[in-house]
Amino acid sequence: MSTAVAVKKDKAPFDYNKYLRPNKLPHIWCPGCGHGIVLKAMLRAIDASGLSKDQICMVSGIGCSSRTPGYVDFNTLHTLHGRAMAYATGVKLAKPSLKVIVITGDGDALAIGGNHFIHTCRRNIDMTVLVYSNAIYGMTGGQYSPTTPQGANATTSRYGNIEPVFDCCELAKASGATFVARGTAYHCQELEKIIFEAVQHKGTSVVEILDQCPTYYGRQNKYKSVTEMMEKIEKDGTVSVKQADKLPPEKLQGKLLRGVLHKIERPEYCEQYKKFIIGKAQGK
Amino acid sequence: MAEKKKKLLQGNEACAEGALYAGCRFYAGYPITPSTEIAEHLSVRLPKVGGKFIQMEDEIASIAAITGASLTGLKSMTATSGPGFSLKQEGIGFACMAEVPCVIVNVMRGGPSTGFPTGPSQSDVMQAKWGTHGDHPVVAVAPAYVQEILSETVRAFNLAEKYRTPVMVLYDEIVGHMREPIVLPEKGELEVIDRIKPTCNSEEYFPYDDKYEIAPLAAYGEGYRFHVTGLNHKKDGFPTNDAKLIQEGNERILRKIENHKNDIWKNEELELNDAKIVVFAYGSTARSARYAVKEAGNSGKKVGLLRPLTLWPFPEKAVEELAKRVKVIIVPEMNMGQMIVEVERYARGKCEMKNPDSQAAGILLGKEFYYLPPHQNLWCGGLHSSPVKEVLRRPRSKERGLRRAFRSRWEVYNVNSSCSKKR
Ligand code: SF4
Repeated sequence: MSTAVAVKKDKAPFDYNKYLRPNKLPHIWCPGCGHGIVLKAMLRAIDASGLSKDQICMVSGIGCSSRTPGYVDFNTLHTLHGRAMAYATGVKLAKPSLKVIVITGDGDALAIGGNHFIHTCRRNIDMTVLVYSNAIYGMTGGQYSPTTPQGANATTSRYGNIEPVFDCCELAKASGATFVARGTAYHCQELEKIIFEAVQHKGTSVVEILDQCPTYYGRQNKYKSVTEMMEKIEKDGTVSVKQADKLPPEKLQGKLLRGVLHKIERPEYCEQYKKFIIGKAQGK
Repeated sequence: MAEKKKKLLQGNEACAEGALYAGCRFYAGYPITPSTEIAEHLSVRLPKVGGKFIQMEDEIASIAAITGASLTGLKSMTATSGPGFSLKQEGIGFACMAEVPCVIVNVMRGGPSTGFPTGPSQSDVMQAKWGTHGDHPVVAVAPAYVQEILSETVRAFNLAEKYRTPVMVLYDEIVGHMREPIVLPEKGELEVIDRIKPTCNSEEYFPYDDKYEIAPLAAYGEGYRFHVTGLNHKKDGFPTNDAKLIQEGNERILRKIENHKNDIWKNEELELNDAKIVVFAYGSTARSARYAVKEAGNSGKKVGLLRPLTLWPFPEKAVEELAKRVKVIIVPEMNMGQMIVEVERYARGKCEMKNPDSQAAGILLGKEFYYLPPHQNLWCGGLHSSPVKEVLRRPRSKERGLRRAFRSRWEVYNVNSSCSKKR
């Protein structure tokens, strides 16, 4: 069996099948959907982290992105709409030796699951939350979500969306997450590194991943192709944190920052539980 | 043998002790009256045995967390009351569908909505059965005494583990907050059942293997890497759209309870042998009913009591058999008439059916039933001269004692209004 490092040296193609459940494919995602790119970046990041498949528990909610756990060969749990982080909290606290990765979408995490999202961040319980953010409810056919830009069209905002967006990263940071980052499907190699760092982090790590839903968001907002979507939203719509320092403020107008946006050390929930609660209760 | 340790415990504390006895090692909950003491007690006791307690951000998160925890192999529980029980319903359905053992305690209070948080009720018995969407198996136990809350909580865990399904413990504010001396069971005294885990190798493991009636359940992180979803699924746990497989799966989760009703049912029968009048009562109502039945017996009346400790699956066999040989079945409930519908269904018109006046409103309007004329008496006014009458005439208590007064009035009410209208 070759190690991840050896594979990279040989430049042999990455063996995704090592982590996939090939007999569960093909996946349900549409052609051009960003979720597949994110899945591959995530699997490369997990491989680099050296975690064993038995050690990983992947938990998701409901939506297109939340179908991911069905395709990957980990301990997998596909839960209720919005509740992934609550189920994941149970898994993690019950068995802290598991590495918990939550796959969720913008609607799943920030609308119906908003309460679990902020409280997970507040507790700083060790888990990586990947928010696949495509500004639409894809699974139900293209309704506006908490990240749909103002003015954008959706099947429930035919006159243009009037609701302001949630900034997922700011929300995570304000709620107490100790690692907050943003990546995109377009910058897939950068994304791999970000997810790798997120998985290494101890505490709640949140990565907002901008990806595209050509089927609903793209069509309703007059994007001519997937590439146009990726370029306009993911490439031109973002600036990496490193570049941002060098750019004048007017060039940053309307752009989202990419990269690791926030990283601090704070005691992790399960460790605190063990140290202070079990410790005190058992008089250790 | 040494003298057994007696303890004065509140119902909610007994529930927590029962959970610990059964091996519960994970509790997630959200504060809600009148169940909060369960959480408070377990927050102290669980970490002492290395267990985990977490106060989640809401009721939904609590049922979610215990389901997740159970999948790692820990026996898990949450407790709540009416409004929280409503919120948990989707999660209960998930646990039914995914066949994850867990225990949900509902200390019932008055409703609908915020209702009467500090007052008792039995108005969630149908919610327990039909609260979550879709056809699903339901197991619910209904203890009536503090001692029994402990033992029935143990039984709830056993049933959950044995049948891989969520089990509900339903009791009400009265017995939840009541203190009674109880004997804490010694280790080994009560049966404790653990879920069956797979022994096969991981390639051969299917979490919903239909070669078993109840498939062994692996724990996350032990090498089986299985998939769990709330979608209709095949034996390997992965979703399916195949109508035949969906049908089979749904039938299987219902059948696993249906086929074992004899094991799950538990009834207390009192003076049933030659009774012509039978009271069907559960939970706290059964305490009053038992008193009334004894009183009636003392005055020579042939009145019996059927007290189901398992509410769901419904004790249909016991009711069917009774209906054939008794004149009347009375179903007093602390609600506007819920279980009586089920009793009627299985009595199939073979006997008369009576229910007392609604008690949901009665509890609220203490003044009304304080002066309630005890004329609606089933067995011919035999109770008029009981000591109960004295309580009934007690002067109205001031603010602070109100709750206690409510309770005693309630007991009185139960006894005296044991039957009236024909439905
Ligand atoms: S509907 Fe949109 S988000 Fe869902 S799979 Fe298709 S492209 Fe992707």
